[in-house]
Amino acid sequence: MADLIATPAVTGLPLAIGRVTLTAFDPGPVTAIAPYPGRDLSAVLRFPAPGEVIEEGARRLIWAGREMAFLTGGPAPDLTGLAAVTDQSDGWVWVTLAGRDATAVLARLCPLDLRASAFPLGTSAKSVLQHLSVLLVRTAEDAFQIAAYRSMAGTLVHDLSAAMQAVAARAAL
Amino acid sequence: MRIPCPCCGLRDRREFTYYGASVFLDRPAPDAGLEAWDEYLHLRDNPAGVTRDLWYHDPCQSWLEVERNTVTHEVLSTRPVVEARA
Repeated sequence: MADLIATPAVTGLPLAIGRVTLTAFDPGPVTAIAPYPGRDLSAVLRFPAPGEVIEEGARRLIWAGREMAFLTGGPAPDLTGLAAVTDQSDGWVWVTLAGRDATAVLARLCPLDLRASAFPLGTSAKSVLQHLSVLLVRTAEDAFQIAAYRSMAGTLVHDLSAAMQAVAARAAL
Repeated sequence: MRIPCPCCGLRDRREFTYYGASVFLDRPAPDAGLEAWDEYLHLRDNPAGVTRDLWYHDPCQSWLEVERNTVTHEVLSTRPVVEARA
């Protein structure tokens, strides 16, 4: 098989503006797992509840929508007859937004309640970032992994960097 | 306006797409006749008060039947369409 050269979806990263950084994140292979209606996957894996992220070593199973989870950091188990399993590795672009003002930056773009009480550490949420549908994973009090469709990579970075500049400008007043 | 998604919890209206009255779920039989199909396709009530309509929660990809009050903007209840049809 040809040894293909992976090219990054985003350019211009990392960015550091004010008290926030935006860096590219490589989750490794990403596999979408969508259980067929009425099928029980528990013999093979524990399917995450809404918002749940199940971590087992390097492997993460991230809730990514109604009856949909993303498996990252490892190969997918055999789910023949139980779930639709599709490789999404090159379908999504991932970035990490981190720093003291990361929540303030995200709050400018996303209608989600970002307080830790509503969006706790180590959980995921599907929401919108301006007009983009995004998957968010909170990895620290002030750090978020953001996944968007790869075709929207430029828009994602543009919107985030504009909000980073706006938050930094306000802080500098 | 916020709508409680049964999957995701209370979410902002910007995350939802409005479709229309929930009677759209009550599709007539193919041979129900012209009158029934005309009503299904074209005729809708426009109540000042409690109404049921369909909203799509784009982020989690759920169709919801939302009961709300068009006068007070109060959202009374939501349920997933997959349950409503079951």
